[in-house]
Amino acid sequence: MKNVRPDFPILDQRVHGKPLIYLDSAATSQKPKTVIEALSHYYSTMNANIHRGIYYLSEEATIAFEKTRRKVSEFIGAKEDRSIIFTHNATEAINLVAHAWGRKNIKEGDEILLTHMEHHSNLVPWQLLAQEKGAVLKYIPITKEGFLDIERFNNLLTDRTKLLAVTHMSNVLGTINPLSHLITKAHAVGAKVLVDGAQAVAHLKVNVSELDCDFYAFSAHKMLGPTGVGVLYGKPEILESLPPFLGGGEMILEVHEEYSTWKPIPYKFEAGTPNIGAVIAFAKALDYLEHIGMDVIREHEKALTQHALYQLKEIDHLTIYGPMDANLKGGVISFNLEDIHPHDLGTLLDHEGIAIRAGHHCAQVLMKKLNVPATARVSFYLYNTPQEVDIFIDILKKARRYFNRGL
Amino acid sequence: MAFEGLDELYREVILDHFKSPRHHGKLLSHDVEQEGFNPLCGDQIIVQLKIDEGKVTNIGWWGKGCSISQASSSILTEEILGKTLQEVEHKIQFFKSMMQPQGEVSKNEEEGDLEALSGVRKFPVRIKCALLGWTTLEEAINLWKKIHNS
Ligand SMILES: Cc1ncc(COP(=O)(O)O)c(C=O)c1O
Repeated sequence: MKNVRPDFPILDQRVHGKPLIYLDSAATSQKPKTVIEALSHYYSTMNANIHRGIYYLSEEATIAFEKTRRKVSEFIGAKEDRSIIFTHNATEAINLVAHAWGRKNIKEGDEILLTHMEHHSNLVPWQLLAQEKGAVLKYIPITKEGFLDIERFNNLLTDRTKLLAVTHMSNVLGTINPLSHLITKAHAVGAKVLVDGAQAVAHLKVNVSELDCDFYAFSAHKMLGPTGVGVLYGKPEILESLPPFLGGGEMILEVHEEYSTWKPIPYKFEAGTPNIGAVIAFAKALDYLEHIGMDVIREHEKALTQHALYQLKEIDHLTIYGPMDANLKGGVISFNLEDIHPHDLGTLLDHEGIAIRAGHHCAQVLMKKLNVPATARVSFYLYNTPQEVDIFIDILKKARRYFNRGL
Repeated sequence: MAFEGLDELYREVILDHFKSPRHHGKLLSHDVEQEGFNPLCGDQIIVQLKIDEGKVTNIGWWGKGCSISQASSSILTEEILGKTLQEVEHKIQFFKSMMQPQGEVSKNEEEGDLEALSGVRKFPVRIKCALLGWTTLEEAINLWKKIHNS
């Protein structure tokens, strides 16, 4: 892969006197110049509200906004642009489904099937829905190796299951879940499937039509785009059958004193002024990813992950959580170094310019299953290099010595 | 050498308390028990106090967390054992102000192992860790007072 680092201005800086090594792209990715410039360009030349003005600027902004919808649709292999709804993040996209689809379709005694590796974003909305409706949450457990327990899944899936909500890629373990199998089985019992694609879509080639999922949710900020933009893909025939999520401007056709009528999808689900500039700049992020190529990015991250796993395995007193084969996981590695709490490790590495994540990663249910209060996590993206991995490993080894000094 | 300048945070006293925590574990009998939790990082602490004639006559604690939260809790036990509730409350307030990033600290109070924690001030994201044991202790005392005033 070509050296992309010059395209990411933020990477060229020192932190605590050391070159910044950013290993937290699973939390949010850095942005290429083209995205940063597009934001500035929008506010300098095009800023206007969309879908309302009959003047030049508004038309330009509307066209650019809708162009992003087109790009997103193509990027994830959707058949129709109207199945792409812009939200503010993946969390809101999932909540949209929990409210609009969930309230209409989930009844007392129905079962919602989740997994033990879900992010709070794909767990709490279903908890709220289940509590409101008297529905039952079931969880697919994970194996020692960090994979979904497919045998248990087969048993947990019954004709009471109305929804399977599952992450495409775990933000803690990196595990890539066998979606095709899960979706086929779930559809066979009449359940709908929502996929949390927040991690996967940034790193893997995704095709929602081939997957045949009913909903797919993600955030622009994890895939080189700006913050404040999320996407919900939904099958058009399902979206059409749903009541609105939020009510307000933009989503209505006619408003009367007692009732209103809705615009067709996707606008029915886009109430209020969206994050227009960020949506428009998001198109540049997709251009960038396509220009490099998702397959090339995947190969690059696989190599980094394998390189890191190989060296981490050799460190005494270090526990890795999740699959050990880079072919079966994304560029995310969670670990603990015995005796050193992840927060201390975070501080130690930060002091050397290395940004890692430490904590429960919004996955407290998974932490309980792993029987740890927290983990340290590194995650890679297209701009990381093997040299950065080597420096990280070197500092990690020194951290243990430092922490045990004088004892 | 890596980690230059970090010794200010990770002083040996702190690492020592982290590795050999004082008054660690449950008490045989206690008058009040309080749990503290830091949702941001998942650190958790449980404090038990024995209170006789207005004095803390025994203290026990346990929990999970980083070196700073654990060491701070361990140091706390040595600071308050045998002290009157009023003195303990004074210590808590003192420690809280000591953890302000620009906190003025009167030199004579900043003594012993407690002083070792003053380096945390320079690491804003870790101040909450240092405070966890102390705020939990404060809640424990408030709880005890509520029980005994009603
Ligand atoms: C797997 C997964 N799902 C959902 C989310 C939520 O994304 P956002 O905070 O952008 O809504 C994240 C990001 O932290 C994630 O990693």
